[in-house]
Amino acid sequence: MMAPGTAITFLLILFSLALVVFLAFRVNDGSLLGAGFTLGNFSNVIFDPLNWSVMLRSLAIAGCVTAATVITAFPVAYFLAFHAGRRRGLILFLVTLPFWTSYLLRVFAWKIVLAYNGVLNSALVGSGLLSEPTLAFLNTPTAVVVTLAHAYAPFAILPIYVALDTIPRSLIEAAADLGARPWTTFRRVILPNAMPGVMAAALVVFVPTVGDYVTPALVGGPSSTMIGSMIQAQFGKANDWPFGAALSAAVMLVILTVVLIVRTTDARFGSRA
Amino acid sequence: MRAAGHRFAAGRNWLGAYVAAYLVFLYLPVSLIPLFSFNDSIQAAFPLQGFTFAWYGTLVGNSALSGALSNSIVVGVAAAAGATLCGTTVAYMEIYGRSPLAQAVSMISRLPFLIPGVIVGISLLIFVNLLGFGPSRLAIVLGHILVALPTSVLVMRGRFASIPRSMSEAALDLGASDWVTFRRVMLPLSLPAVGSAFMLAFLMSFDEFIVAFFLASTEPTLPLYIWSQLRFPKSLPTVMALGTMILTVSFVIAGLAELLRRRGLSQMTSRPAPAGPFKP
Repeated sequence: MMAPGTAITFLLILFSLALVVFLAFRVNDGSLLGAGFTLGNFSNVIFDPLNWSVMLRSLAIAGCVTAATVITAFPVAYFLAFHAGRRRGLILFLVTLPFWTSYLLRVFAWKIVLAYNGVLNSALVGSGLLSEPTLAFLNTPTAVVVTLAHAYAPFAILPIYVALDTIPRSLIEAAADLGARPWTTFRRVILPNAMPGVMAAALVVFVPTVGDYVTPALVGGPSSTMIGSMIQAQFGKANDWPFGAALSAAVMLVILTVVLIVRTTDARFGSRA
Repeated sequence: MRAAGHRFAAGRNWLGAYVAAYLVFLYLPVSLIPLFSFNDSIQAAFPLQGFTFAWYGTLVGNSALSGALSNSIVVGVAAAAGATLCGTTVAYMEIYGRSPLAQAVSMISRLPFLIPGVIVGISLLIFVNLLGFGPSRLAIVLGHILVALPTSVLVMRGRFASIPRSMSEAALDLGASDWVTFRRVMLPLSLPAVGSAFMLAFLMSFDEFIVAFFLASTEPTLPLYIWSQLRFPKSLPTVMALGTMILTVSFVIAGLAELLRRRGLSQMTSRPAPAGPFKP
């Protein structure tokens, strides 16, 4: 019974990731696996300021998206864990449902909202708030952040909810009995105990957003190119697979660092799992 | 706690209002797609221009579209079957196999959660080129098995963990082999979850864009077809009509999967409490 899982995980996941790392150290000669070994692809990643700026922009955008999603999701998770009562199942379902709908369509929806002759402009002009449509909505980094934050909103609620829901109620009662005000209880008991969930939520939002391709391409415009688009270009028009592999390896290294940071923070707060 | 609860009452109302607003914001942009798919204008803009079914008419008899649709269905069913098979066995072996290899496999199977889609796409692109068959429907199926694998494993693990250990222990005591225990006891008990995992995996494949973007040859899947149409402003309403239908299908399948999952869980909790050290 181990066969299918073992084959898939070792061949498709581990082996093909190893291929990416291998290719990242090869010289591009147009063949599939390149020729000869080099560190040139990585020095290109590190020393070319263009690559740096795209990498930093991806990190900044993913960071903003992560912060925005986690902060807006926390009250929803809190409500679900402590106040939802019988409506909990329904709200949980409603919150997770968008996760199962097409990501492409959700991003496309934002494109028609933000477009020059789109929903938001026509609504603002129609209501007299704007005298003429503005180009300021679409093709900006802000549009990318808003769209991504909206698309990944459902990801953040579940981990935080699970963390809040598993806090023993006796802890909260003990804090109240010992004279802690609600705000103190929240700050000193609930929040620290929710941290593992918050960090997990941050991780599941950060990982897909940092390498996102669809959103910058549809609503970002040229001023918000992200690392995912650059990787895609290497495997498309630019046709430099080893360099694309090096960029991918760099992204995976960044994600690994973030995972390690999350792990250390978890350990500090003491995971109850 | 009761006094604190009273002090929280006002805050709770605000929180409830916030959650309602959050849900509205969550669904508002996507709800524009069906709204404007019935709008008699090529622009998605207010004021609405009148009701029409015309854009749905443009979907009929479009051979590129029906080709993409059948491609998506074939790929989705194959990938869902693969992901459910792998997810079920990986989760089962993690919980009942107890070998270090089973633990490792289960951990690695959840790794795609931590890899951006672009990188899953390019790593498989290199892999399938190395194997020789290159971008193709088979390549997309392999990619979508990876995309759906973590979810399948999690759904099945949740299910197997909720079955009392006494069930498998009784089967083993009565002389069933490991395989018979799995096939005759554990698998039937977790059939709703298998159905749920299959449907969710199908949905993930059906909606998946970026991995298919790298692995498709000349036969696009439905999301790839939509992507190709986004370049043409005049096909915007057609895309919205198509999008409305896809959203409807997704909502229905996700709802069914949720019902199945809940039915499986409630069946379990209505049984007598398990003996022994089992903890849910």
